[in-house]
Amino acid sequence: MATTHASASAEPTRRDFLFIATGAAGAVGLAATIWPFISQMAPDAATIAAGAPVDFDLSPVAEGQIVKLFWRGKLIFVRHRTAAEIKAAQDTDVTSLRDPEADSARVKPGKDQWLIVYGNCTHLGCVPLGNEGAFHGWQCPCHGSVFDTSGRIRQGPAPINLPVPPYAFTSDKAIRIG
Amino acid sequence: MSGHSTYEPKSAVGKWFESRLPIMGLIHSSFVVFPNPRNLNYFWTFGGILAFMLVAQIITGVVLAMHYTAHADMAFNSVELIMRDVNYGWMLRYLHANGASMFFIAVYVHIFRGLYYGSYKAPREVLWILGVIIFLLMMATAFMGYVLPWGQMSFWGATVITNLFSAIPGVGEVIVSYLWGGYSVSNPTLNRFFSLHYLLPFMIAGVVVLHIWALHVPGSNNPSGIEKKTDKDVLPFHPYFTVKDAFALSCFLMVYVWFAFYIPNFLGHADNYIEANAAVTPSHIVPEWYFLPFYAILRAIPDKLLGVLAMFGSIAIMVVVPWLDSSKVRSGNYRPVFQIFFWLFAINAVILGWLGSKPPEGMYVVASRICTVYYFAYYILVLPLLGLFETPKSLPASIADSVLGRGGSGSAMASGAASSPSTKG
Repeated sequence: MATTHASASAEPTRRDFLFIATGAAGAVGLAATIWPFISQMAPDAATIAAGAPVDFDLSPVAEGQIVKLFWRGKLIFVRHRTAAEIKAAQDTDVTSLRDPEADSARVKPGKDQWLIVYGNCTHLGCVPLGNEGAFHGWQCPCHGSVFDTSGRIRQGPAPINLPVPPYAFTSDKAIRIG
Repeated sequence: MSGHSTYEPKSAVGKWFESRLPIMGLIHSSFVVFPNPRNLNYFWTFGGILAFMLVAQIITGVVLAMHYTAHADMAFNSVELIMRDVNYGWMLRYLHANGASMFFIAVYVHIFRGLYYGSYKAPREVLWILGVIIFLLMMATAFMGYVLPWGQMSFWGATVITNLFSAIPGVGEVIVSYLWGGYSVSNPTLNRFFSLHYLLPFMIAGVVVLHIWALHVPGSNNPSGIEKKTDKDVLPFHPYFTVKDAFALSCFLMVYVWFAFYIPNFLGHADNYIEANAAVTPSHIVPEWYFLPFYAILRAIPDKLLGVLAMFGSIAIMVVVPWLDSSKVRSGNYRPVFQIFFWLFAINAVILGWLGSKPPEGMYVVASRICTVYYFAYYILVLPLLGLFETPKSLPASIADSVLGRGGSGSAMASGAASSPSTKG
């Protein structure tokens, strides 16, 4: 941008200022133009609105049963755990886990029998099969990740446990997810 | 582009037009009188075959889009209506679906041709890199096209592939939700995939123009790997190579239509005739055959992020091949040790593909890891080091000499092969 004049000194010229100012305005304008094209990719208002909390009645879910439901388009497992499954989950040595998390941190206090977790494998999103695998929790048919009865990763490529969605008990036998 | 621009319009209209837009002269110098090495073998016909397949896919695809509905509730049904109700819809869809596989067969032959004969070496590095870009665009196009029928394999293939981006630390989950336009693969995902599936082939066509432009600067490589020097080394593109390309294309088309008409679902998966269901993953989910080697590399590595990096790296590494190969000799025909490693590499790639179709357990995982190591070692160790240690055979003085059996390979065994322009079967 500097001119070839021999007199061109370290002092910036008016031309330098205009060059930088024009470039800066152009860059801001370009970013402002690109932003809508990026932003439109995000979940739209209807998709977000469909993420309103959902109520779910637990009473028909028999002991040992796993029920699937959808919230925000994502699959959620509701598992009515048996006493043996609860014991297996609680007796696990937490320090030996890839993603250390106590079973008590994954269920609501006093509701040990209800495990509510997202139903997509944390590896690449397939749906693990219930009551399968070495720990009788879930096993993913795609790449072999094995989860225990607390939904924690025990074997295979998945990096973290099946996450627990935000939910609360609205009564003894009903939950609200979201 | 090089070649003598000898084109002279005969008619007055032709002269009038040519002086305003000299496109006929460009076509004439590029595809009629363009001087090609006289010794090109049938591996050099796959460029033309690929050009044909791109056009075939665009034509069948544009027509299919007239009958397809890109909506999560209607896509699966609209594909069935194409198969049952639309006149010749079954044929168009089978030609398009099998055309994708034929496209990849041709591109893999084309790529291995380039790897064997050193077509990536100077001065053809940019030509090679443009080819890698076309390959990447083809993979993106094929993947999105496979999602459109909205069957079980479509849905779960889309889920697994988009989830690859969740491996990116920190921003991975946000990127994935931006790819989906939701919190899972859903209607917005299908819509944008359809839009991009329609767009990308035209981007491929654009890069193909650059690819041919870059090709016509030095001209084609050839089985001897020696540059053309005199008129004795070359033959005009037409009729010699137009006829050769047309014959090869005809043979290729017989295979293509045999698949399309007799075993149209052989390369597909039965699960994709079940409508997408977000609550159930098919028990055995695999990608289309042409992605299997890369899928095997993904699964060979037990860490999620490293696995994804290795998979993308296995393609990205092809960009730097021109600088990894230290040998001054271009053609594998004159590199005896290279030939061993090359064919091991080719077999290794096929085995990786087979492993990609197997469940990720036991011996399959071990074998996948060994093959993945060799895949990368070929690029990172073999190509750079072999050029330093290998003693190549002596090269013929010219392309004409290599064809006529004078000199070259030091064995003078080429008598009797003189009539065959192919030096490598």
